[in-house]
Amino acid sequence: MPEKKTLFEKIWDAHLVAEPAGRSPILYIDLHLVHEVTSPQAFDGLRAAGRKVRQTARTVATVDHNIPTEPRGTPITDAIAAKQIEALQKNCKEFGVRLFDMDSPDQGIVHVIGPELGLTQPGMTIVCGDSHTSTHGAFGSLAFGIGTSEVEHVLATQCLAQQKPKTMKIDVRGRLAQGVGAKDLALGMIGQIGTDGATGHVIEYAGEAVRGLSMEARMTLCNMSIEAGARAGMIAPDETTFAYVKEKRFAPQGREWESAVESWGKLPTDDGAQFDKTVEIDAAQLSPFVTWGTNPGMVAPVTGRVPETGNLNGSDRSATELALQYMGLEPGKRIDEIDIDRVFIGSCTNSRIEDLRAAAQVARGHRVSPKVRAMVVPGSQAIKRAAEQEGLDRIFLDAGFEWRESGCSMCLGMNPDILQPGERCASTSNRNFEGRQGRGGRTHLVSPMMAAAAAIAGHFTDVREWKFQ
Amino acid sequence: MKPFTEHRGLVAPLERVNVDTDQIIPKQFLKRIERTGFGQFLFYDWRFGADGKKNPDFVLHNPRYEGASILVAGKNFGCGSSREHAVWALADFGFRAVISSSFADIFANNSTKNGFLAVRLTEDEVSEIMRRASEVEGYQITVDLQQSEVRDDQGFRAKFHLDEFVRHCLLNGLDDIGLTLQHEAEIAAYEARHAQPEMQH
Repeated sequence: MPEKKTLFEKIWDAHLVAEPAGRSPILYIDLHLVHEVTSPQAFDGLRAAGRKVRQTARTVATVDHNIPTEPRGTPITDAIAAKQIEALQKNCKEFGVRLFDMDSPDQGIVHVIGPELGLTQPGMTIVCGDSHTSTHGAFGSLAFGIGTSEVEHVLATQCLAQQKPKTMKIDVRGRLAQGVGAKDLALGMIGQIGTDGATGHVIEYAGEAVRGLSMEARMTLCNMSIEAGARAGMIAPDETTFAYVKEKRFAPQGREWESAVESWGKLPTDDGAQFDKTVEIDAAQLSPFVTWGTNPGMVAPVTGRVPETGNLNGSDRSATELALQYMGLEPGKRIDEIDIDRVFIGSCTNSRIEDLRAAAQVARGHRVSPKVRAMVVPGSQAIKRAAEQEGLDRIFLDAGFEWRESGCSMCLGMNPDILQPGERCASTSNRNFEGRQGRGGRTHLVSPMMAAAAAIAGHFTDVREWKFQ
Repeated sequence: MKPFTEHRGLVAPLERVNVDTDQIIPKQFLKRIERTGFGQFLFYDWRFGADGKKNPDFVLHNPRYEGASILVAGKNFGCGSSREHAVWALADFGFRAVISSSFADIFANNSTKNGFLAVRLTEDEVSEIMRRASEVEGYQITVDLQQSEVRDDQGFRAKFHLDEFVRHCLLNGLDDIGLTLQHEAEIAAYEARHAQPEMQH
């Protein structure tokens, strides 16, 4: 009987180029995504060693981290950011790498455009110098973030020497309730296993609730895998996956499509294959979540409270106290009594068309609270166009949200979109680390619906009780 | 890459868990296009106030830890962003190694490419080093990669494990791109077996 394998093991084994004795296995990389922040030193390394980009057809670049979300054509006032963007333009030209530049109709966050252009496909190995590369695992690919030295390694060799990670199955039983989405599932999962709960592991998400998710929702879930410490997150490809990929620009076409779907159909984990670890989550028990602290595992249901510190010990207690101090929150405070100043709807976690639709559904016919500044940043130019075609921009603008150009924006505040010290933000992004959105800024991670509702109410509110207009 | 064989140095205790790479090197300093010069920005928001003045309470500004080259910190060190700038900043500041009970995967990987050691010990061992570094002025330890152990002059000794190949590369300062390219024939054969994508769209 053939060996029973997991989705991860099938992809891993199919990409082994060599397994030298006493060394890490060498893995072939199908797709390498490049952006301006983590690549300049890698290209410098190539130049210094007289090396070329081995496979320009497998290398795709865009600008996303640094770029302003003001109307395109506005000059970049940050001279160092401009220099970094220029460096990528120059490097792509010199090494023959395809670049979706600032003015491209296909520009967008690297983890948004990969899937929407059909570059991301099931069964692939995908890397990028960005931890949220785990997003692409939604397609049943093995996708993980790497550092700049490894970016250089892949540019030069199209391979990576990698130690084989362990596997973890996260089985999500039952169904998600109305108003509870993939972001809540992700936050609930991290709250349950911790920010290092999956370190050294590749997660495969399975179960009824996961099968019922759209591709956008699967991307949100896989995106947040890194926040649980996972090397990657994956979901077995199925009809939902194939329907999304079909007819995308770089997807296989015609006869090639048929044979691709046939081989992708063999990827799902075999019955009886073993995982190193298994975690169960009951989808029905999940509510809309709000983080209260300074890492994504510090999370509570919207109906809950900020924790009391009295019954905690040791490093848990000091970490909680430090987090509450930074966040300016009293222990025991009700989550729905936390007032906010800013709202950010965007990022590689939650900036896709479905996210914008969900937020717009909440915002429709309402007005943003006069004390809140709220911005919507679509993940890509294509999403921005699609949203405008549907009239989502009008809904947001009429409600008092800003409607901006695509990029990473306030998720990490490398561009001018940042929080001021002490400002409190409901954000659909992925990290609530100290200073992440601007020095002294206080970030609460939520779903797009919860963010839109908070913008209007001026504080967190349970979207399950929202009065839709 | 600079080889790492053995290093003895002053230990600075950073008593925090989940130290993320946004703290190690905040994003506003990621725009440099060089690998050098990041040390001045290490732990920037913790080391400096919003007015740019030194925070005297931060451990690295305590005169007794001046010149420290080994950092000991709580679990899950280096979580978050993949930015290798975090390792560059630690190394540029003068650190050769970080000791913790666990490291985020990408941080640990990045360390190995820069002759910088992420040493994983048990929680008890980390607590013990933390305690000694806080209580004993001028507390030094030796991180010995040849013996895969950490030791001090007061009888503390702990073994650590690193992947054998990674250890070999660190001990010898090997360029792993060069090592992969030794497999050129196998890479070419793999590519010949698999259709290359069309990017002419």
